[in-house]
Amino acid sequence: MLARRIIPCLDVRDGRVVKGVQFRNHEDVGDILDLAIRYRDEGADELVFYDITASTDDRKVSQDWVKKVSRNIDIPFCVAGGIDSVEAADARLSAGADKISVNSPALSRPDLINELSDTFGVQCIVVGVDSFEENGTYRVKSHTGREDQTRETGRETLLWIKEAIRRGAGEIVLNCMNQDGVRQGYDISQLKAARDICSVPLIASGGAGSMLHFDEVFKQANVDGALAASVFHKSVIAIPDLKSYLINQEHSIRP
Amino acid sequence: MSLVIVDTGCANLSSVAFAFERLGVAPTISKDANIIRTAKRVILPGVGAAPYALRNIETAGLRDTLTTLIQPVLGICLGMQILFETLTEGGEKLDGLGLIPGEVEKLDTLTLPSPHMGWNRLDIRQTDPLTKGLTEQDYAYFVHSYAAPVSDKTLAASNHGSEFSAIVRKDNVWGCQFHPERSSQTGAKILKNFMEIST
Repeated sequence: MLARRIIPCLDVRDGRVVKGVQFRNHEDVGDILDLAIRYRDEGADELVFYDITASTDDRKVSQDWVKKVSRNIDIPFCVAGGIDSVEAADARLSAGADKISVNSPALSRPDLINELSDTFGVQCIVVGVDSFEENGTYRVKSHTGREDQTRETGRETLLWIKEAIRRGAGEIVLNCMNQDGVRQGYDISQLKAARDICSVPLIASGGAGSMLHFDEVFKQANVDGALAASVFHKSVIAIPDLKSYLINQEHSIRP
Repeated sequence: MSLVIVDTGCANLSSVAFAFERLGVAPTISKDANIIRTAKRVILPGVGAAPYALRNIETAGLRDTLTTLIQPVLGICLGMQILFETLTEGGEKLDGLGLIPGEVEKLDTLTLPSPHMGWNRLDIRQTDPLTKGLTEQDYAYFVHSYAAPVSDKTLAASNHGSEFSAIVRKDNVWGCQFHPERSSQTGAKILKNFMEIST
């Protein structure tokens, strides 16, 4: 049986790992490779690196650190940020990334998803969705790396997820922005709604604050993986403890 | 050359090379028929679409070389799938290298998400030098939508909606559906076992 994945997310800015609250006020949390190795050793199932400044600054993530991570890490990792063409994706994948994730550029030009999956196969194309709830409706935002540049797309989250899958997304990371960084738990009702229409792997993001939140999101929203940042970076939750706890709760988890 | 990774033009070449470097082996990446033929061991990596990888092999003039190797050969992920006789992908039927009997088809995941992506258990079916030291506690990292059915060539099976071959062998040719280069200590064990197979 497929194991539920525990995925630390490393937001990268200027070659360092940073973390903000609700996408704002970023603070430095460490060196990319140091953290990647630490999480690998602790039993992380996968790592996600988001270059959160990439789309807003039109800057590309550095091939050097992608290569360095690939050389040192023996678990899969995904690279996101500013990937707006087949060439840009190819550069990351050739440097050793297992998957690439697209967000804002796919919203600006949805054909990008088709081009990427036609070239590399659906298995390495992840679509990240930043979703914000207002008046009971979930809508997609883009360019969330910086608050002053964040845009409303007018798209409804569930419709965009369906379209992304139709176009060739092999995995969806649904980041529930209302919950991001505040550690009050994953947005179970939104993730459940997404699960119902999502035929590809679905990863929950935003809101993890305790081990119970992981148990809830796996039990109630049936997601394939749970992504978290601050609880891991700040050692609020240690991955080995989390995995033992989830195994005790009878989840399928890689020890 | 002790170990040659065939340059199939696919994206995981460097990850596979790095995995061997972590074991202290310095692999050569090549699409030169002579270098591949004289290698002590050969790795056939691959990710992405089968038509693309097979076309690269044809263009490089490597089909005859790859189908007549006598040293240990290990296909990884798509590199494993193209070892089979036929591959059905996107309604198109392709000729594989024909080194292992059988057909690669879309994995029927029933109600489970597809692609099969993540860590899954290896159900060891036959003892073999490649699977030495593996137990039911071992998980490997899979990312694929297509798979080969279980047959008498299956060394290990896995299950995601349906059962499929996770590790296969025929004579000097082995294949892993998962990515040993991304399967942590389990993967390292398999790659180390491959390097220790006597030639």
